[in-house]
Amino acid sequence: MSTASEAIELPARYRRLPRVHPALRRPLAVTGAAILAIWVLVAIFAPLIAPYGPDVLGNSLSAAPSSAHIFGTDQLGRDVFSRVLYGARISLPISALLVLMSLTIGSTVGSLAGYFGGVVDGVIMRIVDLVFAFPAIILALVVTAVLGPSLQNAVLALVVVSWPTYARVVRGLVMSASQREYVQASRLLGASARQTLLRDILPNVIGPVVVLATLDFGNAILLLSGLSFLGLGAQPPTAEWGAMVSYGTQYFQDWWMSTFPGLAIFSSVLALNFLGDSLRDALDPHGSWTTRGGRR
Amino acid sequence: MALSIGIVVVSFVLTHMVPGNPALANLGQNPTPSEIRVFDQRNGLDKPLPVQLGLYFVHLLQGNLGTSQQTGDPVAHDLSMAIPATAELAITSIVIALIFGVGFGLVAALRRDGVTDFVLRILSLVGVSVPTFWLALIALYLLFFKLGIFPGGSRLSPTDTAPPHVTGMYTVDALLAGRWSTFWDALHHLLMPAMILAAANMGLLTRYTRSAVLEVMEHDYIRAAKAKGLSRRTVVFGHILRAALPSIVTVIGLAFANVMTGAVLVENIFSWPGIGQYGYQSSTTLDLPAIAGVSLFIAVVYVVVNFVVDVLYGVLDPRVRVE
Repeated sequence: MSTASEAIELPARYRRLPRVHPALRRPLAVTGAAILAIWVLVAIFAPLIAPYGPDVLGNSLSAAPSSAHIFGTDQLGRDVFSRVLYGARISLPISALLVLMSLTIGSTVGSLAGYFGGVVDGVIMRIVDLVFAFPAIILALVVTAVLGPSLQNAVLALVVVSWPTYARVVRGLVMSASQREYVQASRLLGASARQTLLRDILPNVIGPVVVLATLDFGNAILLLSGLSFLGLGAQPPTAEWGAMVSYGTQYFQDWWMSTFPGLAIFSSVLALNFLGDSLRDALDPHGSWTTRGGRR
Repeated sequence: MALSIGIVVVSFVLTHMVPGNPALANLGQNPTPSEIRVFDQRNGLDKPLPVQLGLYFVHLLQGNLGTSQQTGDPVAHDLSMAIPATAELAITSIVIALIFGVGFGLVAALRRDGVTDFVLRILSLVGVSVPTFWLALIALYLLFFKLGIFPGGSRLSPTDTAPPHVTGMYTVDALLAGRWSTFWDALHHLLMPAMILAAANMGLLTRYTRSAVLEVMEHDYIRAAKAKGLSRRTVVFGHILRAALPSIVTVIGLAFANVMTGAVLVENIFSWPGIGQYGYQSSTTLDLPAIAGVSLFIAVVYVVVNFVVDVLYGVLDPRVRVE
């Protein structure tokens, strides 16, 4: 029995979405948030969840995954599962700190450039162009090589390379927001630059910057673990994911030593990208799941 | 131009304002003071920084990038050996990323909001999320160690010899010399690292292509093209993809930066004697002229790539051409 509604086949985008719980319409956002929440909980409660300490040397060396050690053990008998759990306490907060630092520096510099324009803008944007001319990892390689390999220096190096992204985005947003009539009005009424920036312009900027930061968070984890993998970040015996993958490469046949820490990096970055991508959808419906910008 | 000079200054200053001591990094455990003095003199490290910078510029104009403290060869020579290896890898990887990324993006846009679209969205996010070094290790373990489908690193099998040097890219040189077996061997070694490097860019290109294609598809002339009965193939490739190409091309600069980042990691894992490995090795030994040379080279290529992209954009989109 055919009904009238079947006769007209609308293109997919005009079709009404099936009536489901709002959360399920954004399966990626939900999945991303769930995975991320699990990692945050793991980072907080690692000592309670982990069956062993991160640096406890056990008796079974290089043991394949078993019921006693579900992710196996490494060459020194350390439990890989416990080390992966403890690794969340390093990669996640430090990458978050890295993003926060780049965001603060970049947004401040970018809003100054966008608001004042002229010479300030010219100088700042030339510096930004300069940093952009170096692929992130090369500059980071130079900085860590010069300052010496440590997690602290790796973070510093990555701040140096990642603030310009924020500066560029914020500058553009501030520039277009400054043109709005209400901002002009507020300035005419005698509001100071500081007031205008914080009260009138900031609300326009914050959405896109949050999206950028979420996506950049994933990038930060990738770059930081990449530097640690190269031996330029966290040093052994720190239970950092990138350093653990690097350690595993020495015992290539024992696949579990590098596979599981790598999976931890992958899952947390994927979760952040799921989340950032969905946030972008929500804030910029025109672009759908698409982007213009971003840099690795 | 100003940017290029800035790049030189930055790469120089960065590598020379070092708290670390290159003499100590290169002379082993306990060098005598006279050994250090000779080392510093030979490498010009005893002069004040501005003088060193001035000399660096003069030498640069003569095509002299200094001498690598690690290999003992001129940096320009070391670079000329490493560049073709990286170029071969980077170009192959970008071509792979373009084919799959543009293809996936086009399909995703044409099947907007469908299951295919959703799957491709996840695939592109996986591509940008997977750590390159980890993907490389997994691929090595499975495809080399377990299955033996691909070789486990380096540019050629030990039984093969490098083809006569023309471009330095083994696949091209082997073809020029008519050595088919060497060509296949080089290609066989090239494919796995190139595909791993392509993962992130494939994800990126999928997203950009999808968005560019969707934007084009909203235009009336596409509807007109469909309405006048043109075949689907003509509309998709002749009208939609053609109009979307300029926006897709702008991503290539970004893709290049991704490839260089990935190359440092992948070249180290696959013992690929390119720029990434050279840069990494010189940074761990504080080989200042070499690091300056590598960062200078990459920055210059980056500027050139972006220039080429601008030109290509003009070719593809007549509206932006400046009279």
